[in-house]
Amino acid sequence: MDPDVAPRAIVAGHGAFPAGLISAVEQITGRGNALIPFSNASLGREDIESGIRELIAVHAVQVIFTDLPGGSATLAARRVQRDTPGLALVTGVGLASLIDFVFCATEMSAADAARHAAEKGRAAIVAVAV
Amino acid sequence: MPVALYRIDDRLIHGQVVVGWGQPLNLGFIVLIDDVVAESEWEQELYRLGVPPNMEVYFVSTADAARDIDKYMADRRTGMILTGSVEAMLTLARTAVRPITAVNVGGIHHREDRTQKLRYVFLNESEEQALRDMAELGIVVTAQDLPSATAHSLEALLRGCAS
Repeated sequence: MDPDVAPRAIVAGHGAFPAGLISAVEQITGRGNALIPFSNASLGREDIESGIRELIAVHAVQVIFTDLPGGSATLAARRVQRDTPGLALVTGVGLASLIDFVFCATEMSAADAARHAAEKGRAAIVAVAV
Repeated sequence: MPVALYRIDDRLIHGQVVVGWGQPLNLGFIVLIDDVVAESEWEQELYRLGVPPNMEVYFVSTADAARDIDKYMADRRTGMILTGSVEAMLTLARTAVRPITAVNVGGIHHREDRTQKLRYVFLNESEEQALRDMAELGIVVTAQDLPSATAHSLEALLRGCAS
């Protein structure tokens, strides 16, 4: 972990998926510190939402990545986004998005970096015909 | 096809409901019984986000559910009746015109007044009693988060069996 890298976004989702993704980002870029994992495991709706709110307050991040577009972490993030101006949400997150984000987040605004990461993630999904 | 699943899940419509159960059951509709969501267009749009276009969602209040449950039970498509609380399901069981034979406890998560029973089920005393009341109505109550998981009997659930 690079101690000079400040938190830039929350990665929220099911089970160990957020921590696993961040571990992969760290392995590839050394910038895992830019991302904060949040798992919905064993949490109800209110606790997921309050957990995300708490992380935003503590780390002053303006971007949330979530896994499933209709998953409980995404629904909670949408509720937080409703009363948090400037908060960007990217759903369907994968490794390609996060790697792009940790490099862009220092050069772009949070919203632009989130948008750029979403485009990178979309472009990384390819069906390769045999 | 009767309603395939009566589920209690405090996350309401989410991945396990739509994908975990929805795909193997080939659900045609979900009836979400929740007074707050039934009153809020914004919340309803939120929950529709995760539902595929071929799956219809009805948002109804507890009072309307008791009135309309017969209509959903008679629907020819495969359906799921979903409540966010044990109390709402018990109310439905007591008022439904046709008897509910089985209830699935799919997810009741941590809260300060609750004790953990399973990885995905936490209950307070009132909720435990409500589940017992369901059993006294002849309903088979089991805890099971996903179709591939073990279904725990009510006795095992209340005992707090390992998961």
